[in-house]
Amino acid sequence: MKIFKDRIFKFLVIFLSFLTLTPLFFIFYIILKNGLSSINLKFFFSLPKPPGEIGGGILNAIAGTFLLLFFASLISIPIGIFFGMFLYEFKEKKIGKICNILIDVLQSIPSIVIGIIAYLWIVKKMGHFSAIAGSVALSLIFLPIIAKATKETFEMVPFSMIETSLSLGSSYPRTIFKVILPISINGILSGVLVGLGRISGETAPLLFTAFGNSFLNFNICKPVSSLSLLIFTYTMSPYEDWHRQAWGCAFVLIILILILNSISKVGLKKWKVKF
Amino acid sequence: MESKILKFENFSAGYGNLLVLKNINLEIFEKKITAIMGPSGCGKTTLIRCINRMHELNKEAFHKGDIFLNDKSIFEMNPVFLRRKIGMVFQKPNPFPHLSIYENVLAGYIINGIKLKREEKDKIVEDCLKKVALWEEVKDKLYLKGTQLSGGQQQRLCIARSLALNPEIILLDEPTSSLDPKSTVEIENLLEKLKDNVTIIIVTHNISQASRIADYVAFLYLGELIEYGKSEKIFTAPENPKTEEYLSGKFG
Ligand SMILES: Nc1ncnc2c1ncn2[C@@H]1O[C@H](COP(=O)(O)OP(=O)(O)OP(=O)(O)O)[C@@H](O)[C@H]1O
Ligand SMILES: [Mg+2]
Repeated sequence: MKIFKDRIFKFLVIFLSFLTLTPLFFIFYIILKNGLSSINLKFFFSLPKPPGEIGGGILNAIAGTFLLLFFASLISIPIGIFFGMFLYEFKEKKIGKICNILIDVLQSIPSIVIGIIAYLWIVKKMGHFSAIAGSVALSLIFLPIIAKATKETFEMVPFSMIETSLSLGSSYPRTIFKVILPISINGILSGVLVGLGRISGETAPLLFTAFGNSFLNFNICKPVSSLSLLIFTYTMSPYEDWHRQAWGCAFVLIILILILNSISKVGLKKWKVKF
Repeated sequence: MESKILKFENFSAGYGNLLVLKNINLEIFEKKITAIMGPSGCGKTTLIRCINRMHELNKEAFHKGDIFLNDKSIFEMNPVFLRRKIGMVFQKPNPFPHLSIYENVLAGYIINGIKLKREEKDKIVEDCLKKVALWEEVKDKLYLKGTQLSGGQQQRLCIARSLALNPEIILLDEPTSSLDPKSTVEIENLLEKLKDNVTIIIVTHNISQASRIADYVAFLYLGELIEYGKSEKIFTAPENPKTEEYLSGKFG
């Protein structure tokens, strides 16, 4: 009887796991089937053709995504690390606890709302859409991820390390910057990669900030495209060829995210500091 | 005549409501090895952590009375500078995991942002590693992480790290309790050599270790200093019956 029950249980677990994974396999299958055929060098290195014409590529979106990610990193990484240090340092004080909750709240704000905020703050003030507005919107999503990663890795550093550093006659701030931070750097880096994976697929915050651009643009004060924006606009268009390209673009985006996530997973194991 | 480097004067300390050290009066002799002994929980760790003011890091901690280093109260000194004069070695070897062997020796300089010339660094590393008899074992792999060494090697590296700052005193809290017998003997031997230049205060549970290396022994019992003197005297003819009981292994 017991064995029978065990069998049923095992079967259920396996069955349900498959059921959960089915949509994932389905997504991969569809993207692969529809996207792979579009992928070639020309697709990567040429700009879109005028609407309705066959051909063209997604260079504008690739460049735009990297521009957006670059500036979002420039804003979020330093601020996020400092904020994480602050959370760690004040974790037992009221102010630290409140900020910890606020970070969670910020993380749970829907990304479309974050887009609206960036629109009000930056696009309205500047009078036009811009890459920088998109980067700021992405930063609001990116920043809490980094802050939390920093705080959590700091907490994993044994107190004996802090004690040892102090016993060598160093001040507490020096101990933070010269001991805890370097010991934690891999954990923070892995948080950065996870965050990059997360924001590289965001669309909603970019709709009315970065807006999209069918030309190559490296000026952060002008609108840019991104992989996700391009997928959105191409899918909404009536053109057959743009639908095909949207699949290709989706394929590129998924691969990018997979790469970022696997580096962070592998890296977290490999670079982990051993005590 | 032996000169005194450290003096406890009516010194008490504890945590919150708990009085751990009770009115300690003790004078430590320069360039000697003083062993602090006593049953578990009697306050040995607390005592040596007061000497470099690590005790104060605990939020609950308090102290009364005074400790003088070369006739100057340590509580009037900047704790950061005090700690550079008084090195500390912990029970568990704890080299910095992000630094190489070479950098671990120099950690006191690196963390404190003290710039040194390449030759000065090389010299300090070689000198200190030779003092702890580690140089021959690691001279070809100084770039390895400090944590890649064996436990005994790590502990010697930690001693080298505290020697690098040229301290006047080194505090060791049961430095060999996590090590094998061979590494323990190595550390005992190097402590005996080191005392030519530096005062050593060592907490140990190991009676034979204390009798092998200590010049003086301080015996703590329930937070009181109940016996202090030359180690020959304490190990052959202790005055206090509690000391005798402890040394004969009746309690620990
Ligand atoms: N951080 C702390 N907070 C509160 N009480 C403490 C703290 N550290 C130690 N104590 C208490 O102080 C007393 C002395 O502790 P201490 O660590 O100095 O003993 P010890 O002689 O070093 O013991 P052992 O031989 O086991 O290491 C003990 O009763 C202990 O419970
Ligand atoms: Mg102890």
